[in-house]
Order: sequence, then C-alpha cells, then structure tokens
Amino acid sequence: MSQHDPSVWSSTSFWRRSAAWVTGFSAILLIFLTFDTMSQIQMGSDEDLKTGKVRRVPAPTVINHAIEYKMSRKRGHEVPVIGEEQPFFGKIWSPEDARALLHKGKVTVQAKNCMDCHTLLGNGAYYAPDLTKAWLDPAWQKGGLMQTLTRTHSTEEAMAKFLMDPPKYATHTRRMPNLGITRDEAVAIVAFLKHMSAIDTNGFPRNFSKPHQGEVTYAK
Amino acid sequence: MLSKLLAHPAFESPTKRLAMKYFAVALVLFGAQLLFGLLAAIQFLWPDFLFNLLDFSINRMVHINAMVVWMLYAMIGSVYYLLPDETGHEAAGLKLGELVFWILTLAVAVVVLVYLFVQVGPGKDSTIWLITEGREYIEAPRWADIGIVAVVLVFYYNVLGAYLKAERKTGIMTVLVADLLALAGLYLAGMFYTDNISMDQYYWWWVIHLWVEATWEVFVGAIAAWALIKIVGAKRRIVEMWLWIEVLMLFGSGILGLGHHYFWIGTPEYWWEIGALFSSLEPVPLVAMFVHVLYDWGKEQGRTQALENRSAIRNAPAMAWVSINAFGNFLGAGIWGFFHTLPQVNIYTHGTQFTAAHGHLAFFGAYAAILIAMMYLAIQGAAGIRIMRMTALSKWSIALLVFGIMGMTVALTIMGYEQTLVERAELGGGWQAYFTAQNLPWYVQAQGWRLAMGVVTFIGFVLLFVDLLTIGNRQHEERQHEMEPAPAAA
Ligand code: HEC
Ligand code: HEM
Ligand code: HEM
Ligand SMILES: [Fe+2]
Repeated sequence: MSQHDPSVWSSTSFWRRSAAWVTGFSAILLIFLTFDTMSQIQMGSDEDLKTGKVRRVPAPTVINHAIEYKMSRKRGHEVPVIGEEQPFFGKIWSPEDARALLHKGKVTVQAKNCMDCHTLLGNGAYYAPDLTKAWLDPAWQKGGLMQTLTRTHSTEEAMAKFLMDPPKYATHTRRMPNLGITRDEAVAIVAFLKHMSAIDTNGFPRNFSKPHQGEVTYAK
Repeated sequence: MLSKLLAHPAFESPTKRLAMKYFAVALVLFGAQLLFGLLAAIQFLWPDFLFNLLDFSINRMVHINAMVVWMLYAMIGSVYYLLPDETGHEAAGLKLGELVFWILTLAVAVVVLVYLFVQVGPGKDSTIWLITEGREYIEAPRWADIGIVAVVLVFYYNVLGAYLKAERKTGIMTVLVADLLALAGLYLAGMFYTDNISMDQYYWWWVIHLWVEATWEVFVGAIAAWALIKIVGAKRRIVEMWLWIEVLMLFGSGILGLGHHYFWIGTPEYWWEIGALFSSLEPVPLVAMFVHVLYDWGKEQGRTQALENRSAIRNAPAMAWVSINAFGNFLGAGIWGFFHTLPQVNIYTHGTQFTAAHGHLAFFGAYAAILIAMMYLAIQGAAGIRIMRMTALSKWSIALLVFGIMGMTVALTIMGYEQTLVERAELGGGWQAYFTAQNLPWYVQAQGWRLAMGVVTFIGFVLLFVDLLTIGNRQHEERQHEMEPAPAAA
C-alpha cells in the first residue's frame, strides 16, 4: 500500500484521500441544506394563515379555508392560493382539533397503503391518479360528477362518502377497492388531502386539470 | 442437487456456509418477487382479477419488498462469502450470525403472512407498529424495523471483527466496512413518523435514493472488484485504485444528486439546480465502471491467452453476469435515469410509467445481475470446481432474463411517453386526464407487452433457478472423469 507511485494519478492513497474528502464535503453540504430545507417546510401556524404569511407547508387549520391553484406571474408556474374562511364538514376546526384530524388522516393513509396504488406528491404507484391536488379536481367540485353521484353538496362530503365505499361510486372499470374505511377515518383522510393540496409543490402538477385552456388566471 | 453440495461443500469455512444459506433464501424471494409482479401486471389489464381479495396494492407491496429483501440477503451472503478470503478470518460471532439468520428469516415470513392475510389496518398508530408503515419499499411494520436493525448490528459486528483482526486490510474490505455502516445508518432515516408529508418524503428519499444511488452502488463497485480478481485474475492494485476513484465519483455525484427527488415535494426551488447538476453527473461513474470491467477483462484475457494459451475466465456464467451488470447499470441507471432527471422534463414524467421503466432496468442491471454473479461464484466454491463453464441452462436463462427485462423496459417506456404527453402535457394530469391516457390503445397494448415480457422474464428465472441448483454438482462430477478441466467458453 505504501509503494512509491510514479504519479499521483496512479496512486491509490491519493484517490483514497480524495474519495474521503469529496464524500465528507458532499455529506456536510447535504446536512447544511437539510437544515435550511427543514426550516422552510416546517408546518406553518394558524397565526400565519390569519396574517396571510405564505408557508410552503401550511398549518393544519388550512382545512378551514378555500384553496385554489393559480399561475403566479413572479414564479412562472402555479401555486396554491389560500382564500377565505370556509367551513370544513360544517364547522371551523380549532388548531388542536385540526392537528389531531390531520394526524389521523396521515396515519390512515399509511395504514391503508394508498401509496401502493396512488402517488402522493408524485411518489408511489402508478395504478391510480396522483392525489397531490385531488382536493382541487373538477370531479369533486360543485356541479362535478362526484357530488351528483354521491348525492352530496360539498367536496368533503362527496370524498368521504366515496372513500367509505369506492366500488359503489366507481367511474372506471379499474376500481378502487373497499379498504374498510370508517366515517371518522374518511373525514380525517379528506383533511389530509385538502392540506396536501395547499402545499407549494413548485408547480407540480403543471396545468392541473386545465386542458387546452388558452387563458390563465393569475394569482395576486 | 444443491443440498448435497451444501452438506459437504468443498470449502471448510463456516462463514461461507452461512453465506450459502443467505443466497438460498435470496433466490426463493427473487421467485416470489416475480410472481407477485405478474399478479400486479395482470391487474392492469384485467382489474377485476383478485379484486378486493388480493388487491394491486398488496401484490405490488410484496413485489417490491421481496425485491429489497432478497437483494439485502444476497448482499449479506456476498459479504460473508468473501470475508474469509479478504481478511483471513472467520466471522467474529458465528453462532450469533447463525441465530440471527433464522430470526430474520422467520421475521420475513411473519411480515409477508401479515401483508397477505391482514393487508391493511385501522387508522391508528398501532397499525404502523404491527401491520404496515405504508411507505413504498419500507412498508414493513415498526417491530420488523427494530428487528432488522438488531440483525444488521450482529452482521456488522461479524464483519468488523474479522476486518479488525486482519493483518492486511485490503482496499475492498475498507470500502465495504465504511459503506455498510452508512448503508445501515441510512435505514434509520426511514424509521420515524411525521404528520408532515413533505418531511416524510424528504427523509424517505434518504433511504431510497442514498441506498440505490450511493451506498448500494459503492457496494457493487467493491463486489465487482472482488469478482474480477476471482474470475479473470485482475490485479488487485489496479482494481482497488479504480475502486477508490469510483467511490469518489459515486458519492461526489450521488449524495447531492438526491436533489432530483426534491423538485416537487414542497421543498425549496434551489433543489432544481442542485438536483439537476449533481444527478446529471451520476452516469459518469457508471460509464467508468463499465469501461473498467471491459478493460480488466480484455487485459487479462490477452495476457493469459498469450502466456498460457487458455481463457482467463475461471467462471463463465459469473463473468457473463458481471458484464450484464456493468452494461445494465450504465443503461438502466445512467441512461434511463438521465432521461428524466432534469426538472424541465421531470415535471411531466414524475410519477408515470417512465419512472417504472427506469426502476426495472436499473434494479435489474445494477443489482440483480451482480448478485446472480456472486451466486455462481459461491456455487463454484462450494463444488470445488476450478473452472466453471456455461451450461445450456446458463445461456438460456441469460437470454430470456435479459430479453424479458429489456422488453418490459421498452413497453414501460412507451407507456411513460404516452402518459407524459397525453395525461400530463395535453390534459393537465387530473383524474379524468389520467384515465384518458390509461385507456388509449397504445398504452393498453404496451401493458400487454409488459405482461408478455414479464412471463418471458419469469421463465428465464426458472431456468436460472434450476441451473444454480444443478450446475455445481454436474460440473463437479464431470471433473472426476476428466484429466484436465476443459477451458471455459469465452
Ligand atoms: C388497490 C388500489 C387502491 C388503493 C389501495 C387506493 N386506491 Fe384510491 N383509487 C384507486 C383507483 C383504481 C381509483 C380510480 C377509481 C375510478 O376512477 O373509478 C381511485 C380513486 C381515488 C380517488 C379519486 C381520484 C381523484 O383524483 O380524486 C381518491 C381521492 C382516492 N382514490 C383516494 C385514496 C386514498 C385516500 C387511499 C388510501 C386510503 C386510496 N385511494 C387507496 C385505487 C386505489
Ligand atoms: C415478472 C416480471 C415483472 C413484472 C410483471 C413486474 C411488474 C411490476 C408492476 C406491475 C409494478 C407496479 C408498477 C406501478 O406501480 O404501476 C412493478 C413495480 C416495480 N418493480 Fe417489477 N415486475 C417484474 C420484475 C421486476 C424485476 C426483475 C425487478 C428488479 C430487479 C423489478 C423491480 C420493480 C420496482 C423497483 C418497482 C417499483 C417501480 C416504481 O415505483 O417506479 N420488477 N413491477
Ligand atoms: C442503480 C441505480 C439506480 C436505481 C436502482 C434506481 C431506481 C429508481 C427507482 C426504483 C425509482 C422510483 C422510485 C419510486 O418508486 O418512486 C427511481 C426514481 C428516479 N431515478 Fe433512479 N435509480 C438509479 C439511478 C439513477 C440515476 C443514476 C439517475 C439519474 C441520472 C436516476 C434518476 C431518477 C429520477 C429522476 C427518479 C425520479 C422519477 C420520478 O420523478 O418519478 N436514477 N430510481
Ligand atoms: Fe435518485
């Protein structure tokens, strides 16, 4: 190992040292960036929502607000826009209740393994539609197919009813199975989906559900 | 058959005997992986097949979990197999190693039974602990995570113990010892729970990406270096220098290349530039590894041909699989990975069948291939064969596996293009857009081809399975009748 090499290019110890330095440097840079990213994707607070402070991942109480997905002139892609207060399942949720609901929703999404059929934030399986902005899908909105099919009058009620018995409301031959989701779990999942649709995903998915739309509506 | 060889292997080393056990379980799980992949592929075409009984999510989960677990088994097997040769010592705690092999195998069986028969749980924390964590690739429940950590600690103790006792610390062992520590440590990043889905995905990728594009790749570099020394008699000094260059390039590009998964999960925009830059460099070491294998092979082949008038290759099937690894890694990870690694492309391809095309070719080329090579080497050792030749089965299994995987990859790539253009670019990626693209004839036809090529792959696997079970004994017995071993088919 300690042979004398004619040139550093054929010297094992040179490459060994270089490998250690490059690896160490990359790892330290990654850790540094991780600290910065963590501070930027920390969930916001209810205060932020009230004062209009934009967070990449908003507080759980974002479920008490209308959410839209609009083109941002400054950033050149769509961003979630958090709007007026809007009751969720008929009420305004306190920060504690909203947090507990989101927790239950996330745990249920893992317990039922949604990600081995769907993608969340684009990661997962490719057997069923991406759920990142499912809350905003036209099918769930007023006048959309699902409120009619489930005989409900809000996005959240339609989603909850669908999740509790998907085969009953199937719209394609590739159906979603019944996963034994209870009413409480369904409400919590819908909260999770609504919260996820408010995350700033740098414009993914692009042009969400806006085929051939010549005109774009810009965010403020 | 193999059992006879395993009862009386040509080597004395108990560590190598333990390695054979890990290889055996790996091979069985490889078969299970393919069977459940076929079930999932059938459901794309006939969605009523096993509906609400054994749903797509369950089949897919078993498919990818069996893959990760068989590869980890074969990796542990490979390290145990080369440990006595590289260090001159047996594993430090052999009894313990034996014990945790059985514990791990029992735990894997229990996890799979729960996947198949319990499937999903109520939306409570207890489900995460007992049934499934519901996170792609690392779905195993928390109790199993903790068990895996314990097993890995024992394995690591065994490896480290032998390494520290070795009088001469080889470059291959030094890289392995450092790499395995990083590999095991990264698993911890996937073991905690958070309500924040962006943070969840951030650390999930630490396990997935920093495994397959950093620590596993370095592992392959080290194993391939060892295999080249064994198979063609490559010079250690050269091989180990290359290994350090590979480590430099793999970690230098792969660690920050992690950024190519942080484009759209809620993380800041600076990851666009960092992810694009470093992940674009990731193919460079893969080219280097490919060149390196060809170079050493050619050099040793020329030398032994000239001096000894024989082929340099002492294990023809293993050499074939090392070559498939070198090229497959470059093609599946390097080329197919680069296709979709720039954010400008990835915003449309993210989470389509294009990703699956890359995933299949990369995992097969980079990992399945080299681990199969190690199995052939281990069987050569167990049978005490000086020169292992290709059998008809070796050749046919190579042809069918490679053809099958390439066929699946091409079919998935076509689906991915179609999805990218129609679902994403044209229709904007909503629920209806998704199904419009899924139901177009070109997509459906490609799903048909994927299934057909999956069947070809599976037949290739069956031949491989039979070959691995029989090749050792057959060539061992042939040898008894021969004065001199015939040269290997080059
Ligand atoms: C076995 C596969 C499978 C699993 C597991 C699964 N889904 Fe689905 N899901 C589907 C399929 C297929 C559809 C499309 C149904 C249709 O169009 O009729 C669908 C549709 C949906 C939709 C409507 C599509 C949209 O874009 O809004 C939502 C919402 C949804 N699933 C949520 C979930 C959630 C939440 C979970 C986990 C609790 C889950 N799914 C688990 C297969 C699955
Ligand atoms: C019999 C052959 C095979 C068939 C039919 C098959 C089928 C499938 C199917 C249907 C999926 C789900 C994709 C989706 O979510 O839409 C999948 C995923 C996957 N398979 Fe296979 N597979 C086969 C062999 C393999 C092999 C040999 C490997 C690797 C060595 C592999 C690795 C993977 C991986 C990594 C994924 C996850 C991909 C991703 O999420 O992007 N498969 N496979
Ligand atoms: C052996 C090495 C590699 C393996 C085994 C591998 C495997 C995979 C798998 C399985 C996925 C899908 C993960 C999921 O389920 O969501 C994936 C995603 C990805 N890989 Fe690789 N990969 C490798 C190397 C590379 C390289 C070298 C590049 C780039 C040059 C690359 C670029 C990507 C990208 C951009 C994605 C994200 C796809 C998306 O947005 O959906 N990969 N890889
Ligand atoms: Fe990656």
